[in-house]
Amino acid sequence: MAVIQAHNLVVEFPIYSFTGHRSFKKSLLNLATGGILAKDAANRVVVRALDNLNFEFHEGDRVGLIGSNGSGKSTLLQVLAGIYEPVAGDLKVEGRITSMLGITLGMDAEVTGVENIYLRGRLMGLSRQQIDAMVDDIADFAGIGDFLNLPMRTYSSGMAMRLAFAVATSVDADIILMDEWLSVGDAEFVQKAKAKLTQMVDKARLVVIASHNHAMIKDQCNIILTLEHGKIVSTQRTDSTS
Amino acid sequence: MVGAMGPLYGALLGQDVASYLQHLAISLIIWTFISGLINEAGTAFVGAEGYIKQVALPLSVHIFRLIAKNVVMLAHNALIIVVVLIFLPPAHWRDVWLFPLGLLLVLGNLFWISLLLAVLSTRFRDIPQLVTNIVQVAFFLSPIIWKASMLGPKNRFVADFNPLYHFIEVIRAPLLGEPIHAISWIVTVSLLVLGSIVAFLVFARLRARVPYWL
Repeated sequence: MAVIQAHNLVVEFPIYSFTGHRSFKKSLLNLATGGILAKDAANRVVVRALDNLNFEFHEGDRVGLIGSNGSGKSTLLQVLAGIYEPVAGDLKVEGRITSMLGITLGMDAEVTGVENIYLRGRLMGLSRQQIDAMVDDIADFAGIGDFLNLPMRTYSSGMAMRLAFAVATSVDADIILMDEWLSVGDAEFVQKAKAKLTQMVDKARLVVIASHNHAMIKDQCNIILTLEHGKIVSTQRTDSTS
Repeated sequence: MVGAMGPLYGALLGQDVASYLQHLAISLIIWTFISGLINEAGTAFVGAEGYIKQVALPLSVHIFRLIAKNVVMLAHNALIIVVVLIFLPPAHWRDVWLFPLGLLLVLGNLFWISLLLAVLSTRFRDIPQLVTNIVQVAFFLSPIIWKASMLGPKNRFVADFNPLYHFIEVIRAPLLGEPIHAISWIVTVSLLVLGSIVAFLVFARLRARVPYWL
């Protein structure tokens, strides 16, 4: 089963840029003097990134998130991925999440491609044994040949992306979270990557994509959420796909 | 450092050079490990901002990474201990089996200290600087370039009330074949238990806030 349920979900970011908010010494001084000497630290500013969201996605749903910059799409994905815990409200996520956010994270330019496959795999929650079984397929798909045994700093940026993409799409996921449809490599690889990603998305039980590409969202998704300033302004269900 | 300081301070403090060199070498290496870890603990989460904001990993991963890195560095430096012990063997090897136990207890203590510092430093960014200053003072107040036995009974409290002394002692004394005072074990174990409880409670309460503070 793959289910995502949110009830009055709120995410607020504290803003600490003002003097003293981040200083232990000042906060202590503040406490000791009752706020006479230093300005009141409790009087902090927050940005409400997600405001009372309610939604429910079930098995088979393909969810598209659209909205202008700063509308909360990426924050919502981060919340679903478990990075930010909601400040208020409930979020229930059932199923194993595979996040396509930051697929190059943790790669080390000093170590070889193969070692980077392991690094990325471990970050995605795979065990060493699981990666052992997949490493040949990944290497094959990335198609960068003997470069795999060289340090990653010798790669072109396109090659590094291909490797990252190959690892990211090598797992079977219950729930996929994606910020923009991933597209990497040269013309030939783009086709291959598209096919692979489509195949992965088709196999997944639930997919949430944030994108500015409305045509793609309309094409791929059966639920379209439009966000604006952290609020859901419209929910369209078009049960045409899946 | 050991080579430069050993003969000088040995003479200054009126110590037998061989036994002082042995003491200093081991103490400095243990201290480098403990202080390095504590100094770095404050940046464990701040430095891993990229990871924390993009992957939902347990935050303890970053503490384990920090400890693993410092243990590897300790293992490199430990070569000096081996060389020193070959040329200047300890009084006896009877207690050497206690060394891994002592190290393990100290590692446990360093874990909760690091966790606590990492969480608090994420919120209050001036804590790492504060810690650096405290660690610097602690170096002089702890029996590293001097020995606790030089204190004499009247001043003994300087060492006994210093938890870092006990941390160093449970690692160092087994290697030097010196008797380990029961109090060192008691302090190390009780701090491990108490500190872990405190760190756990603080962490449980503030864990969810860490990504927001980054």
